[in-house]
Amino acid sequence: MTDSKYFTTTKKGEIFELKAELNSDKKEKKKEAVKKVIASMTVGKDVSALFPDVVNCMQTDNLELKKLVYLYLMNYAKSQPDMAIMAVNTFVKDCEDPNPLIRALAVRTMGCIRVDKITEYLCEPLRKCLKDEDPYVRKTAAVCVAKLHDINAQLVEDQGFLDTLKDLISDSNPMVVANAVAALSEIAESHPSSNLLDLNPQSINKLLTALNECTEWGQIFILDCLANYTPKDDREAQSICERVTPRLSHANSAVVLSAVKVLMKFMEMLSKDLDYYGTLLKKLAPPLVTLLSAEPELQYVALRNINLIVQKRPEILKHEMKVFFVKYNDPIYVKLEKLDIMIRLASQANIAQVLAELKEYATEVDVDFVRKAVRAIGRCAIKVEQSAERCVSTLLDLIQTKVNYVVQEAIVVIKDIFRKYPNKYESVIATLCENLDSLDEPEARAAMIWIVGEYAERIDNADELLESFLEGFHDESTQVQLQLLTAIVKLFLKKPTETQELVQQVLSLATQDSDNPDLRDRGYIYWRLLSTDPVAAKEVVLAEKPLISEETDLIEPTLLDELICYIGTLASVYHKPPSAFVEGGRGVVHKCLPPRTASNESAESPEAAPTGAPPAEQPDVIPPQGDLLGDLLNLDLGPPVSGPPLATSSAQMGAVDLLGGGLDSLIGSTNFTPPAAAVPASLGAPIGSGLSDLFDLTSGVGTLSGSYVAPKAVWLPAMKAKGLEISGTFTRQVGSISMDLQLTNKALQVMTDFAIQFNRNSFGLAPAAPLQVHAPLSPNQTVEISLPLNTVGSVMKMEPLNNLQVAVKNNIDVFYFSTLYPLHILFVEDGKMDRQMFLATWKDIPSENEAQFQIRDCPLNAEAVSSKLQSSNIFTIAKRNVEGQDMLYQSLKLTNGIWVLAELRIQPGNPSLTLSLKCRAPEVSQHVYQAYETILKN
Amino acid sequence: MIHSLFLINSSGDIFLEKHWKSVVSRSVCDYFFEAQERATEAENVPPVIPTPHHYLLSVYRHKIFFVAVIQTEVPPLFVIEFLHRVVDTFQDYFGVCSEPVIKDNVVVVYEVLEEMLDNGFPLATESNILKELIKPPTILRTVVNTITGSTNVGDQLPTGQLSVVPWRRTGVKYTNNEAYFDVIEEIDAIIDKSGSTITAEIQGVIDACVKLTGMPDLTLSFMNPRLLDDVSFHPCVRFKRWESERILSFIPPDGNFRLLSYHVSAQNLVAIPVYVKHNISFRDSSSLGRFEITVGPKQTMGKAIEGVIVTSQMPKGVLNMSLTPSQGTHTFDPVTKMLSWDVGKINPQKLPSLKGTMSLQAGASKPDENPTINLQFKIQQLAISGLKVNRLDMYGEKYKPFKGIKYMTKAGKFQVRT
Repeated sequence: MTDSKYFTTTKKGEIFELKAELNSDKKEKKKEAVKKVIASMTVGKDVSALFPDVVNCMQTDNLELKKLVYLYLMNYAKSQPDMAIMAVNTFVKDCEDPNPLIRALAVRTMGCIRVDKITEYLCEPLRKCLKDEDPYVRKTAAVCVAKLHDINAQLVEDQGFLDTLKDLISDSNPMVVANAVAALSEIAESHPSSNLLDLNPQSINKLLTALNECTEWGQIFILDCLANYTPKDDREAQSICERVTPRLSHANSAVVLSAVKVLMKFMEMLSKDLDYYGTLLKKLAPPLVTLLSAEPELQYVALRNINLIVQKRPEILKHEMKVFFVKYNDPIYVKLEKLDIMIRLASQANIAQVLAELKEYATEVDVDFVRKAVRAIGRCAIKVEQSAERCVSTLLDLIQTKVNYVVQEAIVVIKDIFRKYPNKYESVIATLCENLDSLDEPEARAAMIWIVGEYAERIDNADELLESFLEGFHDESTQVQLQLLTAIVKLFLKKPTETQELVQQVLSLATQDSDNPDLRDRGYIYWRLLSTDPVAAKEVVLAEKPLISEETDLIEPTLLDELICYIGTLASVYHKPPSAFVEGGRGVVHKCLPPRTASNESAESPEAAPTGAPPAEQPDVIPPQGDLLGDLLNLDLGPPVSGPPLATSSAQMGAVDLLGGGLDSLIGSTNFTPPAAAVPASLGAPIGSGLSDLFDLTSGVGTLSGSYVAPKAVWLPAMKAKGLEISGTFTRQVGSISMDLQLTNKALQVMTDFAIQFNRNSFGLAPAAPLQVHAPLSPNQTVEISLPLNTVGSVMKMEPLNNLQVAVKNNIDVFYFSTLYPLHILFVEDGKMDRQMFLATWKDIPSENEAQFQIRDCPLNAEAVSSKLQSSNIFTIAKRNVEGQDMLYQSLKLTNGIWVLAELRIQPGNPSLTLSLKCRAPEVSQHVYQAYETILKN
Repeated sequence: MIHSLFLINSSGDIFLEKHWKSVVSRSVCDYFFEAQERATEAENVPPVIPTPHHYLLSVYRHKIFFVAVIQTEVPPLFVIEFLHRVVDTFQDYFGVCSEPVIKDNVVVVYEVLEEMLDNGFPLATESNILKELIKPPTILRTVVNTITGSTNVGDQLPTGQLSVVPWRRTGVKYTNNEAYFDVIEEIDAIIDKSGSTITAEIQGVIDACVKLTGMPDLTLSFMNPRLLDDVSFHPCVRFKRWESERILSFIPPDGNFRLLSYHVSAQNLVAIPVYVKHNISFRDSSSLGRFEITVGPKQTMGKAIEGVIVTSQMPKGVLNMSLTPSQGTHTFDPVTKMLSWDVGKINPQKLPSLKGTMSLQAGASKPDENPTINLQFKIQQLAISGLKVNRLDMYGEKYKPFKGIKYMTKAGKFQVRT
C-alpha cells in the first residue's frame, strides 16, 4: 500500500468524486480524500476548486489531517482570498492551544498564507507567540516576522515587530537567537540602509555564545552576520577569530566556508608579526583542502572561493598544489576550476610537477579542458621565468602531436611567450611555420601572423607566408586582417626592397576595399606614415613593446577585497560584487575589508569604519542609468587625442607635419597616392589644439588668491569605475571657473582616451575644453587635471539645485557620477551693487522671498567677515551699527544674472551670525547660505 | 532563502515541486533544461545556473536532479548541503531514493519537506527528529493505520530540538547495550605511467552505531591521533577536549551516525596497497593493438585485497577488444567504450592478469589519448593510514556495554595513468 494509489483516479470526474469524499461523514474517508488532493497538488494539478471543502476539514483533532489541510491552504489561499478568511478563526484558536507544537504550527502556517486580509489578523497571535514561554514557538514566530515583512513591510514596522525581533537576539535559547538573526538578515537585505543588525561588542558576545550551541544552519546565519561586524581593534578581532576557529572542524561545509569568511576578513586587522596570525594561516589550509574531497557541487563552490583566497593570501595553500591535480572523471566544471588554481599556485618550487600534469591533461579527451591546459602551460612560462624553456619544449612536443586544436592553442600562447622573453626562443619559429596550413581559428592565425611579422628578418620566406594569407583577406576576421596589415608593414620596414608590392596591396585592401573603420583607419595611418617619414614610421611601428604582465587574469585588488567579504555567497561564485547581479539592485551596500589597525585604539571612529558606503557617496543624487543614457547620446567626446594603436607615439606625431610633408618623399620610387576623398582633412587640427590646451592648463593651476577652494573629495570610487578613481573640487579664479580633478588608475591595465561630459544642469555649467590627459594613465599612476568650465551650456533645473551629473569615458567604459558644486564658484566679480539700487531692490523684493539663517560657531568680527566674503565675490555695500550689533549689507550676482541681497547681523561675543537673504529666485537662498557657511568657516 | 524545490528525472520531467514561499512557475526550469542539454553528461551540468530572476542550484543524485530555486543572495553551499540532506533523508525514510519510490510516498515526501524548511529556513533536518514528527512508512504501520485510522504524524513536540543535546532523544532504552565503530578509509590516488605516485591522500570516516540506554557519555582515544590532518566532527563531539587532549568526548546520538571524518593529506607518505602493470599499445596504421594489465599487492601489511574491479574508458578509436582474464570476468561495451574487469580477490602467488588484443578503426591514426585505469578494492581489518583506536570508555551510566571496532580500507578515486 503506497501513496501511488492517490494518482490512479485521473479520470474526468475526479474533482467531483473528491468533493463528495471530502464531505463524507467518515473521518477515514475524509482523510484519504485530503491525501488525494495533496497528491494531485504536489504534481502540479489544479485542485483549487475544492477549497471550501478542504477548509471544512480543518476543524479537527487529528494532527495529520490538520497538517495536510494547512499544506493545502498555503498553496491555494492566494487564489481564493475570500475563502481563506474562513480559516482565520481556526488559526487564532490554534495559536492559544496548550500544545506548543500546535501553536507553532498555526503561527507558521498563517505566515505562509500570503493574503493581505489575513495578515491583519495575524498580528495579535504573532505578538503573543514572539513572547511565548516555549522557545520552539518563539523561534517559529521569529521566522514568521520575516514572512510577514515580505508580504507587508510597513505593517511589520508599524506593529513594532522589528524591535521585538531585535530583542530576541538576547534570548536565552540559542536556536531562537539564530532564527532571529536569520530573519533580521533577510529583512535587512531588502532594507540596505536600515540599521537592523546593529552590532556592538555585547551583542557580538551573545552571538558567539549562541554560535557554539545552535544547529549547523543557525551557525551559518550567525557567522554570516558576524562577518558584517567591524571590530574596534586588533585585540577584539583576534578574540573573535579565536572563538570562530573551532567552526572550521564542522562537518557541514557551509559552516566551514562561512567561518573562513569571518577569519579572512578579520585577519586583515591583525598585524602580520603576531604569532597568532601565523597560527591562523596554518589553520585555514586543512579545512579548505578537505572541502575538495566532498561532492563535486560542493567542490565547485569551494574552488571558486579558493580561487579568491589564493589571490588574496597565496601563502595559505602554497604547499597544497597536489590536491588540485585533476582526476580524469571529475566533472568538467571542477576540472577547469582546478586548472585555474594550479596556475595561480605555480612557483619555481613546484613547476616541474605542474608541467608534467599539464602535459598529461593536454592529451585528455575533453576539448575545452585540453585547450585550457595548453594555455596554462604558456601562462606558467610567463609566470615562472626559470621554467620558460621547459614550457616551450613541452609546447613544441604538443605541436608535434598535430592535433589541430592543440597546435592552435599552443601557437597562441607561444606568441605571449615571445612577448615576455623577446629574442630568446626564436629557434622554434621554423616548427611553428610548418603548421601554418592547419590553423583555422582567427586567434591562432592572428598569433601566427604576428610572429611572422615580428621576426620577419629571420624568416626567409616571410613575404611568401604573408602573401599566402593575403589571398583570402576579405574572408578573414577583423582580428586577422588587422594583424596581417601590421605584419606586412613591419615586413616592409625590415625588408623594403622586396616587399613594396605586397605592402601596397595590403594598404589598398585595407583602405579601399574594406568597410571596417578600424581597419581603414589603421591602413591610412600606416600609409601616411610611410609616405611622410619612413624613419618615424620605423620608430612607431617597430617601437619597443612594453612587457606583458605576469598574470593577466588577476582580479583587481579593490574588487578582490570586496569579494573576500562575500566568501561563500553567490558573489564569490561569480566573482562579481552583488551590485552587479542582484535582482533589482536594491541599493546593495558595498562591503570592504576592515583597515589594519595598530594597537592604539584611536585609529578609526566607529561611524567611519563599519562596512558602510565609501565616504563620498551621495545616495539620492545619482539618477537611474536610464536617464543618463539619453544624455550619453549627446556625449560629444571632443577631438580625439590619438588613434588607438599608436597611443604611445602620439606626441611625436603631433610634431610631424602630416599634411604638409612631401608626398613625393617616398621610399625608393614607389608612388603612393592616398585616395583623395578619404583624406581626413582635420587630422592635423585636433592635435594642434591639443597642444595649445596644454599651455592653457598650466595657467589654471596654482593657488592665486581666489574663492575658497574645498579640499578634494572622492567623487567616483575605484570600485564603481573598474579601477578609475576620480576625486576633485571646484575653483574660481579671476573670473574663470574650473574643475580640479585627480584621476587615479587603480586597475591593472593602462587607461587612455579620456573624455568628459556634463549633463544639463541648473546653471549651464559645461567643460570649456576637452579633458586633456596627455599620456596613458598606467596602473597606480595619478594625474591632476584642471578642467576649465564655462556657464554657456544648456540649462535644466536639477534637484538639488547645485547637482552636477558627469560622465567620464576612457578606453574601458563610460562611468557616471554626480556631485554637488558649491554655489560660490558662480559668484561673479561684478556683483557689487550700487547703494541706492540696493535699497530700492531690497524694498522691491516681496518679504515672502526673504529667508533667514543662522551661521553658528563663527567667532569673526565684521572686518574679517567682509574681507573673507569679498575674496569669494560677496561684496559688502554698507555697514551699520545698531544697538551694539554690526549689520552688514551685502550683494552678490550669479553667473546667470540673479542678484542676491544679504543682511548679516553680527553680535559681539556671540559666535552665531544671522543671515537674511532676499532674492527674486528664492530657491537659491538655501545654497547661498551654504556658500556663506563654507566660506566663513574655512 | 530557499524558495522552491523541483525534482527532475534524467529524461527532463519535473515529477515533484515544493514551494516554501510564493509559488515559482515551473517554467523557471527551462533554464535548467538548456544547461542540461549543453552538458554532454548529467554529471557535467553546472551546479549554479543564473536566470534573469532566480538562481538554480542543483545536485545530481540517484539519477535525479534536485533543483533548488533561490531569489536573493544565499550561500550556495548552504543550499547544496541542504539538498544533500534531503537526499539522505529520503534514503533514510524509504531505503532507496528513486523516482518511483518518491512518487509512491509523495504525501510523506511532502510532509517531510514541509518540516525541513520554514519560509526557506531550515527547521528540522536531523533524521531522528524528523522521524519523531513524521514516522517513516513501514508495511506494518500502513496496515495498522488503515485499520485504526491513526497516522504517520506524531503529535509530540520534538523535545530533542530544544535540549542541550538536540541530536539525542530522551528516555532511550535497550536490553542489549552495544556500541560499534567502523573506521573506514578511502585512498584517493593518481599513479603515473611508471608506477610512481603523483598524489595520494586518505579520506577517513568513523561511522558509529550506538544503541545505549539513557544518557551515556563516551570517550574514544587513539594510539596516534597526530596522523589526522583535518577533522570534521559530528556536533556532539566536544571540540575543547580534542584541542587539548586529542580525545573524542561526546554524548552519542541514538542509532547510526558519522562521528568523525578526517583527512590525511598528500604531504604525509601514504602507503599504496596495489600496483598495476600495464602494457597498452596502439600500433600505428595497423588495426590491432595490444592490451595487457596485471594487478598485484604492494603495501598491504599482510592483509588480503578483495573486491578488485578494474575499469577503463577506452579511446573512441577502439572498436572491440578480445581479452582473456586469468581470473574473474570482464566486459567491454563497444558503444560507451567502457572496459570493466571484475577481478575479485588477489592471490599473491598467482597474480591476476588480463591480456589480449584491441581492434582499432582501420585507417584512422592512433588515438591521441591514453586510457586511464580506475581501480576499486577493499582491504578488511586495515586502516591504511595506520590509525588505531586505543580505548573506548563510558561514563554516566552503570551498565557494561558491548563494544566493537572494525577497520576497512577502500579505494576512493584511485587512478592509474597509462
